[in-house]
Amino acid sequence: MVSVDVWNAFVDFPIFDAKTRSLKKQVLGKVGGKIATEARVPIIEALHDISVSLKDGDRVGLVGHNGAGKSTLLRLLSGIYEPTRGSSRVVGRVAPVFDLGIGMDPEISGMENIIIRGLFLGMTRKQMESRLDDIAEFTELGDYLQMPLRTYSTGMRVRLALGVVTSIDPEILILDEGIGAVDAAFLEKARSRLVDLVRRSGILVFASHSDEFLFELCNSGIWMDEGKIRQQGSLREVLTGYKGKDPFEGMSQETIDRISGGAPELARVSGEL
Amino acid sequence: MRQLWAHLGWQDIKQRYRRSVIGPLWITISMGVTAVGLGVLYAVLFDQKIATYLPYVVVGFIVWNFINGCLIEGMDTFIANEGMIKQMPAPLSVYVLRTVWRQVLMLAHNIVIYVVILAVFFRALSVPYTLQGASILHPGLGWSSLLAIPAAVLIAINGVWVALLFGIISTRFRDIPQVINSLIQLLFYMTPIIWSPDTFFSKPGRGLAQLVFQLNPLYHFVQIMRGPMIGQQVSWLSWAVVGGITIVGWALALLAMRNYRARVSYWV
Repeated sequence: MVSVDVWNAFVDFPIFDAKTRSLKKQVLGKVGGKIATEARVPIIEALHDISVSLKDGDRVGLVGHNGAGKSTLLRLLSGIYEPTRGSSRVVGRVAPVFDLGIGMDPEISGMENIIIRGLFLGMTRKQMESRLDDIAEFTELGDYLQMPLRTYSTGMRVRLALGVVTSIDPEILILDEGIGAVDAAFLEKARSRLVDLVRRSGILVFASHSDEFLFELCNSGIWMDEGKIRQQGSLREVLTGYKGKDPFEGMSQETIDRISGGAPELARVSGEL
Repeated sequence: MRQLWAHLGWQDIKQRYRRSVIGPLWITISMGVTAVGLGVLYAVLFDQKIATYLPYVVVGFIVWNFINGCLIEGMDTFIANEGMIKQMPAPLSVYVLRTVWRQVLMLAHNIVIYVVILAVFFRALSVPYTLQGASILHPGLGWSSLLAIPAAVLIAINGVWVALLFGIISTRFRDIPQVINSLIQLLFYMTPIIWSPDTFFSKPGRGLAQLVFQLNPLYHFVQIMRGPMIGQQVSWLSWAVVGGITIVGWALALLAMRNYRARVSYWV
């Protein structure tokens, strides 16, 4: 049974190379976590008293300003950071996707990159080999897969990366907003694969600035603000709180139809509207 | 995870020599040229027979490079893998094993030189011999030469704790790699690789110097592997020192892991 639990967790980053003098005044801004200066080494409180409990079937959308702690929270939930105070427990195989390109080597062929990227995402070599055909078909790269990655255009790289990411079977899928930044036309094609992927995975946590995407993939939401959880609940509530208006107001009927048509659990979400 | 570090370590080697015609063979060639050059130079300088002294220097240099690589690249292992550490929740051992595995692969490439040297000087090394001006009689190659294999394994096992412990320390205190980097060249000359303790300490009145020299742990690490490979005798003391360091080192590394494992992703 997959689950992610975090109890009263704090994530404090020591900043060893910052000059303490220049940080004498406590910097409290809208952007970034709180910087504490009592200690000899300045510390950035990136996450403050976080408690989250996720179980199988949860699809969480993460919203918040830049520097609100979204990525740090994702790293906490994937087990990359262990809380400095408080505790956390992650049960299940995590596939974190912060950067589509991590683990890609420009000098080796697309085919080899698919395998490596798969290993990074917790798959075995055998599993990846059995998926090669599927990925080749989806990416439409054909014979190009034998060429070194450096010969690829940016778009082709994104195709490859998305092809690999959407082919895996993660128990816990952690997606950072970067994935929304790819070429819109191709994303349209990747959309159904992405929805499939999310349906295959036990838990999804997805940070994004795109309401559409969030509605398509998620059913609940967390609003991060200055390293704290400002609001936690159904996605619509959270987005209403975050944006200050109902997110469905500005959306065309067509979009709403497509979103709710995508997945049964999402039909339920829009059914409540 | 085993597939991941094994693949990455191999990838590191391949990447360095991508698009060069003879590829990783460059590892062997560059090492061979340097080691043989040094061997000839010091055999002449110290008035030694090429047949016994050249293999001594070459093999010592190969073993030293393995140890040196484990230490220098090991302490950089987390810093070098910063990107991966922040992107995936893999155990730290993945990065350590990647680094040590890369060194093992380099060693495997360099062993080719040893095979060539052995073929050329087999006759001189397979009978008991002494170095010029020394009193210690070496038994020559024999079944005990196979001890080089457990010695190599033991050094690699030590490489793992060194990378773990020094990796953690260096990630937190970035001055440590600089300190070690500046000392390592000196240690190379302090450790008998281009010179031999046989000749140096057989002269009278050097008992104290010999005692101090025995305190250098790197000598024992080099000797347990080099000795069997060229038919030199290895003191039980060297095995004992290496064994002791293995136990103490691993204990320290495990202690550091237990206390600071979770901090590494914060420090990189």
